[in-house]
Amino acid sequence: MNTEATPGPLHEVRGPSALGGGSRRFFDLLWLMSVTEFKRVYFGTVLGYIWSLVRPLMLFGVLLFVFTKVFKVGSDLPFYPVLLLTGIVLFTFFQEATQNSVTSVVAQEGVVRKTQFPRLVIPLSVSLTAAFNLSLNLVVVFGFVLAWGVDPAWTWLLLPIPLALIFIFAGAISMALSVLYVRFRDVLIIWTVAAQVLFYATPILYPIEAVPDTYHRLIFLNPLAPIFEQVRVWAIEPDAPTAVDVVGGAAGLLPAAAIYVGVCIFAVWIFNRDAPRIAEEL
Amino acid sequence: MPAAVTAIEARGLEKTFRIPTHRIDSFKERIVRPFASRDYRELRALDGVSFEIERGEFFGIVGRNGSGKSTLLKLLASIYRADAGTIRMAGRLAPFIELGVGFNVELSARENVVLNGVMMGLTPQETRDRLDAVLAFAELEQFVDLKLKNYSSGMLVRLAFSLMMEVDADILLIDEVLAVGDAAFQQKCADAFHEMKAAGKTIVLVTHEMATVEEYCHRAMLIDSGRIQHIGDPGEVGRRYVRLNFERGSDVGAGPSSDGSDEVRLLDAWIEDAGGTRLTNVEQGDTIRLRVELEALRDIAGVGVGFILANADGVGVFEFGTEAVVDGDTTALAAGKRVRVEAEVENLLAPGRYFVHCGVNRVGGGVALYVHNALDFVVYGGDPHARGVVALPHQIEARVERAR
Repeated sequence: MNTEATPGPLHEVRGPSALGGGSRRFFDLLWLMSVTEFKRVYFGTVLGYIWSLVRPLMLFGVLLFVFTKVFKVGSDLPFYPVLLLTGIVLFTFFQEATQNSVTSVVAQEGVVRKTQFPRLVIPLSVSLTAAFNLSLNLVVVFGFVLAWGVDPAWTWLLLPIPLALIFIFAGAISMALSVLYVRFRDVLIIWTVAAQVLFYATPILYPIEAVPDTYHRLIFLNPLAPIFEQVRVWAIEPDAPTAVDVVGGAAGLLPAAAIYVGVCIFAVWIFNRDAPRIAEEL
Repeated sequence: MPAAVTAIEARGLEKTFRIPTHRIDSFKERIVRPFASRDYRELRALDGVSFEIERGEFFGIVGRNGSGKSTLLKLLASIYRADAGTIRMAGRLAPFIELGVGFNVELSARENVVLNGVMMGLTPQETRDRLDAVLAFAELEQFVDLKLKNYSSGMLVRLAFSLMMEVDADILLIDEVLAVGDAAFQQKCADAFHEMKAAGKTIVLVTHEMATVEEYCHRAMLIDSGRIQHIGDPGEVGRRYVRLNFERGSDVGAGPSSDGSDEVRLLDAWIEDAGGTRLTNVEQGDTIRLRVELEALRDIAGVGVGFILANADGVGVFEFGTEAVVDGDTTALAAGKRVRVEAEVENLLAPGRYFVHCGVNRVGGGVALYVHNALDFVVYGGDPHARGVVALPHQIEARVERAR
């Protein structure tokens, strides 16, 4: 045991907070929690990773059948299956990150109530774990994209931008939901429904051209819609309408951008406001 | 010890909890009944608490349930935020509110140690470096990759405790976690505590176990109703704590305890047999007929009476009392009124010498009178094969089985 400890001068203790205990410790904890949780799922059960892959693939298989054989929405689009799979994998990430984080803070009750723990780590580590899953799933998607005969393009280098935007959005929503759930237990149900709505309000099942023009602006109020559209253009179909084309000019994207930023600001605000008191509310 | 250096400084800490009279916990309810009452009751858990703890000090915090000691601990540990006041600390603090609380049973010991080490402020590398030491202290080397869900509760506690020892924080905050593990491990823990004490660590221990406080602590603090009642010598804190326990049953809002013997006087206290003859010895199995006479010296709103039967070791074997003394339809006592207390207790006490402490508390809270050793008596007889503090009614039989 080290007897030569030099604790140094007195510093003020400000109580619990979102980041509490310094950024170094915050990132160490965030990383460790996400990695151990990921490893647990990945190595914990024999089928661990298989399951996380099977879910989007099953959904993909069913939807592909329904929308090419039954409704014929996508049958005249050469790249429909690739688009569908990419969209589903990305949305699965978004849904997993947000859905799992809702109960995360409450589930970690012991840690929150009995240790000095930066609260923000909890929902964000859920998002990060989902992101690890996503990166594995993207390997599968990538293979599928190449196998389907999509030509590699320089715009693939731009893909980290939409991916980062989705990640940040998911993280922000996770923050807000996890802290709201502490006080309002029906948040989980509300969000399950809301996520479903978002899924249909994002051009995943259908190409945006298939929707009457009058609804384009409505759909593009959903911040995920332009992001997913841009992934389509950059990753798979360079000739597809870009997000800007769909709404007829960059100004048309402003409402979505405003909602995106608004959600992020709201999330940071409410998390910061409630973080110091979570332990008391539980 | 070098000149006193402050390790923890608390100034004017206040903490109030709001307890809603009707808890609204869904959006649905909020929407359906937007004007539902948002009334809440305020509970003042800490009310202007200030103290300093020096570096290298082993400091005990003692208090009854609901006294505010846990709230104070959580403020120090950055789990709650104070409404007012400041806390300043020198160095890194590791809180142990409950052993092994951060453990995830789905993960192996290795992963848990690393995760918890970082939680307590080490870097991941430092934690990995100390992993071996943690496992060695806990004697769990061969189980490093076993998931914690397969650990016994004793193993878990050992792992948690050794982690605590190895984290090597400057200030340790410990909440009644000492009584863990088997006897051998307890001895190890005791040694470790003495070692930490010798190494000049600052340790804050929250407990209601006076023996622990008196064994380890340099200084102690008694807290009640959110206020500091006494800071100083652990022995004195212990005595005041015992006295405070007397007031149980009185309101939480009790002020500082006093012997205020200008209100009530103890006239006489004795034990008698069924015929009314006074006794000094009671056979085990008989009834202890305890009699006390009190006199009110002033008009008072009402009193309750309580007794502690303590054995020769000072252990309060049994404490009991009445809520209030009723005179007709009022609890008020006029000056000069006499009260006779008659208590019948079945004598289940182990043989030995016993002391009866008698307390009188005001109905509104506060001690009106406390008499240490109001009387003493000896218990004799009983089963020569039984030992312990009490003699519980029991049956025991040992048979040798017949060979078939």
